[in-house]
Amino acid sequence: MGSSSSSRNKIPNAQELMDQTGFSSAHLLRLYDRFECLDRDNRGYLRQDTVDFSSFVRILAHFRPTDRNRNKEGTQQELPNSRTRKLKFAFQLYDLDRDGKISREELLQVLRAMLGLQVTEEQLQSIAERAIQEADLDKDDAISFDEFKKSLEKVDIDTKMSIGFLK
Amino acid sequence: MAALWTLSLLLSASLLGCLAVTSPDGSPLPHNLPPSLGTNSSDGSLSVDLPMALRVFSMDYHHVQAPFEIVLWIMLASLAKLGFHWSGRVPAVVPESCVLIMVGLLVGGVIYGVRHSAPPTLSADAFFLFLLPPIVLDAGYFLPGRLFFENLGTILWYAVLGTLWNVLGIGLSLYGVCLLAQSSLGDVSLLHCLLFGSLIAAVDPVAVLSVFQEMQVNEQLHILVFGESLLNDAVTVVLYKLFESFLRLPSVSGLDVLLGGCRVVVVGIGGLCVGLFFGLLAALTSRFTSRAQVIAPLFVFLYSYLSYLTSEMLHLSGIMAIVTCAATMKQYVEANVSERSNTSIQYFLKMWSSVSETLIFIFLGVSTIQDIHMWSWPFVCSTLLLCLIWRATGVLLLTAFVNKLRRNAVTFRDQFIIAYGGLRGAICFSLVFLIDDFPKKRLFITTTIVVILFTVFVQGMTIKPLVELLYVKRKKRALPTLSEEIHSRLIDHLVAGIEDVVGYWGQHYWKDKFEQFNKKYLRRFLIRNDRQASSSILRVYQELERREQRGVEEEAPPIVDPRSQGRPLLPEEMESIRRILSRNLQNFNNKQTPAYSRHTLHQDTSVDRTRKPLYRHQSLGERYSYNTITHFQGEDGGLSEPQRVRTGLSRSHTVCSISPRSTLLDSSVSAGLAQTRSTDPREDLVSPRHQETVERAARKHLSFVLENEKQQ
Repeated sequence: MGSSSSSRNKIPNAQELMDQTGFSSAHLLRLYDRFECLDRDNRGYLRQDTVDFSSFVRILAHFRPTDRNRNKEGTQQELPNSRTRKLKFAFQLYDLDRDGKISREELLQVLRAMLGLQVTEEQLQSIAERAIQEADLDKDDAISFDEFKKSLEKVDIDTKMSIGFLK
Repeated sequence: MAALWTLSLLLSASLLGCLAVTSPDGSPLPHNLPPSLGTNSSDGSLSVDLPMALRVFSMDYHHVQAPFEIVLWIMLASLAKLGFHWSGRVPAVVPESCVLIMVGLLVGGVIYGVRHSAPPTLSADAFFLFLLPPIVLDAGYFLPGRLFFENLGTILWYAVLGTLWNVLGIGLSLYGVCLLAQSSLGDVSLLHCLLFGSLIAAVDPVAVLSVFQEMQVNEQLHILVFGESLLNDAVTVVLYKLFESFLRLPSVSGLDVLLGGCRVVVVGIGGLCVGLFFGLLAALTSRFTSRAQVIAPLFVFLYSYLSYLTSEMLHLSGIMAIVTCAATMKQYVEANVSERSNTSIQYFLKMWSSVSETLIFIFLGVSTIQDIHMWSWPFVCSTLLLCLIWRATGVLLLTAFVNKLRRNAVTFRDQFIIAYGGLRGAICFSLVFLIDDFPKKRLFITTTIVVILFTVFVQGMTIKPLVELLYVKRKKRALPTLSEEIHSRLIDHLVAGIEDVVGYWGQHYWKDKFEQFNKKYLRRFLIRNDRQASSSILRVYQELERREQRGVEEEAPPIVDPRSQGRPLLPEEMESIRRILSRNLQNFNNKQTPAYSRHTLHQDTSVDRTRKPLYRHQSLGERYSYNTITHFQGEDGGLSEPQRVRTGLSRSHTVCSISPRSTLLDSSVSAGLAQTRSTDPREDLVSPRHQETVERAARKHLSFVLENEKQQ
């Protein structure tokens, strides 16, 4: 189709994005269409000029289903949809001040947002307390990324954090 | 072993009782007694015909015959089940269903030997109306909802397409076999073969449940096989009735086939709607049962059974109706009725379904001893083979398709277990009895029995070692940790959001939509007072707390909850202790804070039991901390909460150091406080050493606090 090649030219750094994220060009085009659809004022950025198309793609790349084949040993870690990268993404949702640890306050904030009006403040405190107690191995009263990873080792992150659409 | 002997004695005793009492059936009843004599004796009594005298002892069996025999059968079934569990190594090797069938065979053989006529068979009516519903209800009520809906596509795929594939495959190939063995099987027409195929191809939920229960495979596999066995009822029922009506019609046209296809959809969805209707009705009714809590469980059973009967009346799928009804009403009923009623409901469900299942298997065994068997080697053997082959190929093909669409693929091992776990059971048996009579009906009955016995015995017994041999993933036994629960929830939210961004209406999107609808409309309407909205995180937390509670010994007065040394003491408890002290002293100084102790404690006991673990574990302190927080709110402005409390603490500690009350302090308490004073609480929030000293004196502190309050 003639339109596809012209749209591909519209996407800046298409090849670079494809290499870094592992998306195919068809996917990239779909995402670009979606981006344009969301970007109603046609400014090239979403959400008050913070997210441009390549960031959009990079974030979404975390949600690609993990490739089961391990033929490329070294590069597995670099692809955004590896398990470690997915966990890192989730970790960053908690760790708002980017100090590499989830403090009790950050955990409380997330819990508050999730449980909201269903629980009282005390219950929230207890839950956060208990969660930190379970995960915190070096007793520094905060959850580091490694502790986070360890506490989720039994959970199948690869399938949980994947959207089949983006395969 | 002694138990085994006593049980077998009991069994045989009840059997003989049953036989002895029923054997006079053959002998002429004393109808021919002159009517003048024995006017007060009912018909058929075995009383001696003394003229007009009073009978000291008489027996009248026919009066109670029907319920008596039913109870005896149920007693037999239950004793057999008891014996099974007491019989040493047998449960490990042989699944319960096999043992029960063997007992049934034994009983049937005995009855046949004594009476020289066929033993009572399982009538199709009794089976479909009385024995099947409890089992399916139990399955539907305890259905793991989330898992089921996540795999719904795959389950439907297997149930509808898989059953169709099996039916057509078995029916057509059997017809081929009949054509080949023209001599013996020549009069079995294509439609008959298809009819037979439709009833033999269906996987039976009862058999699957009983075998998979003991196996503990991973949940996904379990739900796939089980869900398929439940949902294929719609297809089976329709195909069976379709072929049966085709047999009665003079000719079959293409239009009829098309109508048949529509019927599948109608039957399935109709059953679903009936179930939904009754489920919602039951939920609504349970909202008003607060004043008559004792009958609340009854409504669950009544409405479910009603839904089953209604859909059977309308020739819809009864199984789907009852499963939907149970699954729908569960969350609302559980929120509305008291905890005791909940326990009663669950207990009765389990009990009834257990009895039903046992009875079904025993009758299966008893009914095998028949006069009316007809054997034909080619037919029986080819049926067995074809069942296995078609199921295996069906599962392989379908899974190949469906794996492309699933997030986590169904592995080959799982596929093997799905194919191998396709057990046939009593549904086929009852259906085969319902066929209109035709010359080869007896052959069908025999073949059905053979297939059922084969699948239950051979496949049922070998599937457990196979599961272990193939290293099939087993069920996770541990409760998820709180971290896992929280983070999984977060990721679910995250993925739902991303799906929204990408514009993909995936599972999470629909789940979220349903949850919103549920919260906004359904829960408000159907639940009495929806204060107990339970989030899964909260539930896991409460469950973990409850489990720890059980491990704690209660030595001190119930208000004080001393912890066993094994459990790591939470820092908050130490803080709460400190707060108690500070509050205590502060209270004395200020006299403005409300009397907290009895109020909050009293409030504690009146709160629901589900919340108790939360409050009890926090002892007195946590509530104080909350009050402390609010108390200090004005002063501390923008500090984060724990810090706020701690700075408040420091202030109170300085207060306490000059308070005259300090002389009343226990020596250990003052030691703890002295330590506090030495460390500067503002900078170094909580030092581990500090925690330890307070921890050691924890119990003493709490009891001291109580005394202190009493003095006040």
